[in-house]
Amino acid sequence: MNTAQANGAAPARNAPLTAGEIKVEHVDKSYGTGLFKKSVIQGCSLTIDRNKLTVMIGPSGCGKSTLIRLLAGFERPNGGTITMDGKPIIGPGKDRLVVFQESALFPWMSTYDNIMYGPRARGEDTPQSRKQAEFLLEKVGLTAFRQKYPPQLSGGMQRRAELARAMINNPEVMILDEPFRGLDAMSKELMWEYYAGLFEESRRTNFFVTTDIDEAIFLADRLIVMTNIPTRVRAVIDVDIPRPRRLASNFDDDRANQVKMQALSLLHEEAMKSFSGGSRAAADFVEAYSRRNAADSSPSAGKAS
Amino acid sequence: MSGIERIRKKIFSRSGLRAAVALLAFVVLWEIGSRSKQWLGITLPWVGKIPAPSTVLAVWAGLLGDVGYWQSWLMSLFRVLAGFSAAMLIGIPLGLLMAVSRTFHGITFPSLELLRPIPPLAWVPISIIFWPTQELSIAFVTFLGAFFTVVINVVGGARSIDSRYFQAAQAMGASQWDIFRRVVLPATLPSIVVGSSVGMGITWEVVVAAEMISGGGGSSASGGGLGFFIWNSYVGGSYEQIVVGMISIGIAGYACSEVLRRVGGYLTPWLQKR
Repeated sequence: MNTAQANGAAPARNAPLTAGEIKVEHVDKSYGTGLFKKSVIQGCSLTIDRNKLTVMIGPSGCGKSTLIRLLAGFERPNGGTITMDGKPIIGPGKDRLVVFQESALFPWMSTYDNIMYGPRARGEDTPQSRKQAEFLLEKVGLTAFRQKYPPQLSGGMQRRAELARAMINNPEVMILDEPFRGLDAMSKELMWEYYAGLFEESRRTNFFVTTDIDEAIFLADRLIVMTNIPTRVRAVIDVDIPRPRRLASNFDDDRANQVKMQALSLLHEEAMKSFSGGSRAAADFVEAYSRRNAADSSPSAGKAS
Repeated sequence: MSGIERIRKKIFSRSGLRAAVALLAFVVLWEIGSRSKQWLGITLPWVGKIPAPSTVLAVWAGLLGDVGYWQSWLMSLFRVLAGFSAAMLIGIPLGLLMAVSRTFHGITFPSLELLRPIPPLAWVPISIIFWPTQELSIAFVTFLGAFFTVVINVVGGARSIDSRYFQAAQAMGASQWDIFRRVVLPATLPSIVVGSSVGMGITWEVVVAAEMISGGGGSSASGGGLGFFIWNSYVGGSYEQIVVGMISIGIAGYACSEVLRRVGGYLTPWLQKR
């Protein structure tokens, strides 16, 4: 890692990244005890493949964020094992960095200081790390905003700054918890292309959690569909759409639409489960959903043929 | 040049004009109220007994050359600064320690909460008994005025820091000390600024009252601070001087708050808008 940083003008591009692989096996996680025990994750097994962009999608409130806290090492599972390259995960570490749902940039530091936080915290305020910070600033298009504080940046800029702050630590796995939630539709789509480009350059192991099906399919190499709470893996879909991907082409891609339909039907089934049986409101909801589905699928089926 | 220009702009702006008109109207109404007997033939209740602003100004002009008056200013200012700095120096570390350590919080919180509701002025007799000099006892009471506010604000500020900041810092390899220095401290700074400006206000309230009760502490009438200046004017029957003393405290308090606002703004540049 050090040699890689020292030898090139463009370290992030040329560095042979050490990408990790995370294995989750039979993991259980619950909160509370006795009558108040709430099981959030039950018997969950999955693999986050090396050098791939794995996207996890599931109904909101299904326990995705809990799983992320386990992967990051902020919390420990009640049962099962989580290992990274064979070694059990026992606490937070710079080999697995999390980009949070809403910006967790330090508001009291400038963009540059935020990006330099990791190196400085480890006593590595060296010319190399400063050069790397400049390189990343340029890469995320924030060179002109290096002295601005996060509250002075737009939502999209904040996300890019946060990506840079994580990337400078050269993590073996990047974990992203709905990072583009709350952005407006335009910036969101720009961020997809942008983020996909970053991934395609580095091929670092990425684990991306979302509730947005279009986002999931555009980004994913592998799509993991989760069940409702207590969550476990419902299905794994390989999204074999060639890279580099562009938004315009992705919407017309047959394979993309096929994956979308497959994932949506699984997700709707899971979403239904959160409505208890016997409720009339729930029955209405199910009916409305199936009608909408039928209406949705006919034009796109027509386009495909 | 540009500074003068800016001040001119500020004064002649819409809000500056509004403030000036409001202030002028206040003074005019006051003048009419206190001269109601002379001018209208009726004594308005309450305001009728207050000296008119014009006579207050005249008395004030006479006092401007008086060394004793300025000594009162300095005396009170010195006491406020002493009590306030002591409150900051002890209150900020204590508050941070309480926020960081659950054990320390458990030990100190009950006694702190027990002492906090006691008004600073209730401490005057005991502090006169306890401290060797009157000066120290006034400073101590002043200190108490700001101390609890500062502590409560620091603890509250440090405890409400978003846990994701800690998680992010920890994951990036920060040590406990680094997290304290570069996350806890700056994240608490806005609360420290708020606590200190509220504390500063209370210090002025307390110092004046303490000076009145304790007789000012100075050997001569002129060395007793603004609180004693007011009390002395009351005893001596100079109502104009009472009002001069009151307005002086208002100006001093405002100046202190303004300085604190400036310092606070300088320390927390990320809270400024663009």
